[in-house]
Amino acid sequence: MSESEVTRDGIRGARPGRHALVGKGMWNGERPGRKARKGGKGRKGDQPMVPRAEFTSYYGRPVLNPPTWHPRDIAGYFFLGGLAGAGSVLAAGAELTGRPVMARALKVSSLAALTGSAAALINDLGRPGRFANMLRVFKPTSPMSVGSWVLAAYGPMAGAAVASDLAGRLPRTGRAATVAAALLGPAVASYTAVLAADTAVPAWHDGYRELPFVFVGSAAAAAGGMALLASPVAENAPARGVALLGTAVETAAAKAMERRLGVVAETYREGRAGRLMRTAEALSAAGALGGALLGRRSRTAAAVSGAALLAASACTRFGVFYAGMRSAEDPKYTVLPQRERLEARREGSRDG
Amino acid sequence: MTGASERPSLIGRNLLAGAEPDVAGDAGHEGHPPRVGFFTDTSVCIGCKACEVACKEWNAVPEDGLDFTGMSFDNSQGLGASTWRHVAFIEQSKPLGRAEAAVDHSDVDVLALASRGSGTPVEEAAITPTSPASPSPDGQTGLRWLMASDVCKHCTHAACLDVCPTGALFRTEFGTVVVQDDICNGCGYCVPACPYGVIDVRPEDGGAHKCTLCYDRLGAGQEPACAKACPTDSIQFGPLDELRERAAARVEELHRVGVEDARLYGHDPEDGVGGDGAFFLLLDEPEVYGLPPDPVVTTRDLPSMWRHAGAAALTLLGGVAAVFAAQGVSGRRTGRRR
Repeated sequence: MSESEVTRDGIRGARPGRHALVGKGMWNGERPGRKARKGGKGRKGDQPMVPRAEFTSYYGRPVLNPPTWHPRDIAGYFFLGGLAGAGSVLAAGAELTGRPVMARALKVSSLAALTGSAAALINDLGRPGRFANMLRVFKPTSPMSVGSWVLAAYGPMAGAAVASDLAGRLPRTGRAATVAAALLGPAVASYTAVLAADTAVPAWHDGYRELPFVFVGSAAAAAGGMALLASPVAENAPARGVALLGTAVETAAAKAMERRLGVVAETYREGRAGRLMRTAEALSAAGALGGALLGRRSRTAAAVSGAALLAASACTRFGVFYAGMRSAEDPKYTVLPQRERLEARREGSRDG
Repeated sequence: MTGASERPSLIGRNLLAGAEPDVAGDAGHEGHPPRVGFFTDTSVCIGCKACEVACKEWNAVPEDGLDFTGMSFDNSQGLGASTWRHVAFIEQSKPLGRAEAAVDHSDVDVLALASRGSGTPVEEAAITPTSPASPSPDGQTGLRWLMASDVCKHCTHAACLDVCPTGALFRTEFGTVVVQDDICNGCGYCVPACPYGVIDVRPEDGGAHKCTLCYDRLGAGQEPACAKACPTDSIQFGPLDELRERAAARVEELHRVGVEDARLYGHDPEDGVGGDGAFFLLLDEPEVYGLPPDPVVTTRDLPSMWRHAGAAALTLLGGVAAVFAAQGVSGRRTGRRR
């Protein structure tokens, strides 16, 4: 109900947007009440190809229906799936190069992360009792179908690898399962990027080239972090290297993605997603460098660095998730890029 | 053409994007009826919302909030799991074609009129509701209400159908897209996949729901409930080819009478979703009605997405292998330290 009141000085308490300027733009790219970010980094060039364009919307309502996914379940799954997948690769590397403590720790963490993933995925379903319908068909056009089958293949391998290691039985079967899990692990860690990108959500879809590299980088950093956390100093040299490599890949890919996204990159820089992405960057840099510089001497420093890397990976996944939500909820990020695309096509056909 | 004439190869049939002439045939329906759809001519929509009501009644769609938005006469706000037809309402300070909305009363002496009683013959009346108005100084004499009944577009390349992991969404013999409620497990993937914001998950039952183009009525040779209920034939149902011809003629007609804003939306088989099964005649830019100006089916880029993910997966595998190779066998055993 309207709470507004007509007074001599005009209307008081008028509902915002009541006099919607349809056809002229709801607001000029600047939401009322939104603070402009002062100074700060990452503003270089400030999206020169995207002027503060006027755009129109239907009373500011979203064009897309935002995902119904729960952040804890789905962003949590992105994190856990990455940790599991990349962890299996590290576990196999550790086992094959004679680092048994690291190998066992990562096998266990991968199985635990996978179990958590499955629980999160089933919990997120609107009808959890029908989770088995995920394996009703195999559809290459559905990343979720492909992912379900990949998880169905990967799960038993990760389980067998742990069972054999802990029980000390069937070492050759265990070795085979470890290697199989390591070969499937990268698929587990990378397909989730396609899962997010194969939507109409601008912050995810438009970054589909870089998002898989952000995700595997983040996954490698998380697995490196877990290895730093759980293995003795004598064994953790590869973990330090993987953490550095993962962080480098993730950071570079995230930067490249922001450059490509134009105006949509705002969703990765502002608000909750922006805070998470900046926190992730700081934590992963601290973790990777801390691990590399101090991890070989101090068990404590290695563990702290590892924890920082794990937290960084979780922040990245939640940051990507919230950026996507924001880009779906604001019609600006749907309409402006599409308008630009139409404009470019029009100019292209005029020139051609 | 070749020996495999019954089911030609997957190549060159535009199964993920582009024009696809036989969408039901490509989905495996043999001897299927012609593709049907909606042509919604918003220029004759009066915003009565009979379509919304008819849809809810026929399909037994539950109530989803009796809200008062305060923004316009539109209180259903947008399409969702329990709103399969949605009438948008927009007020603009702009004339509709050459129509004059305002009536000029400036030279009317109301007291003189009143003294003559109420029985003024039309020929003696100083003004009638159809008297032309004089233009105002800023030229802004117009006011128009745009009303448009939105619905699922039943895309040629339907992202919701492509990404559904259970096969709950399927292509019917009529070329429409329908959810099988007894299979949907509520994963919600179709929701962000839709470039139009149509399908959604209903919180009460956890399943995804959207317009079925009254699949049950089509099977019985009936037109969908919304088209049946529409009093102005703003919602027209029929074979898609026929509707496209009719729509093109209607746009031409409107242009001729001065409604230069009239344009079709979603009619082009070459657009980002391969053309909509339900398309529109609009009087302003699509985004004014809450529609995306250039929607693209997300799965158009899926092959490239899988390639990038594959490259990323190999990067992970190769990168970790390289790190282990550089470190060699465990430092404890060989004594090598970095």
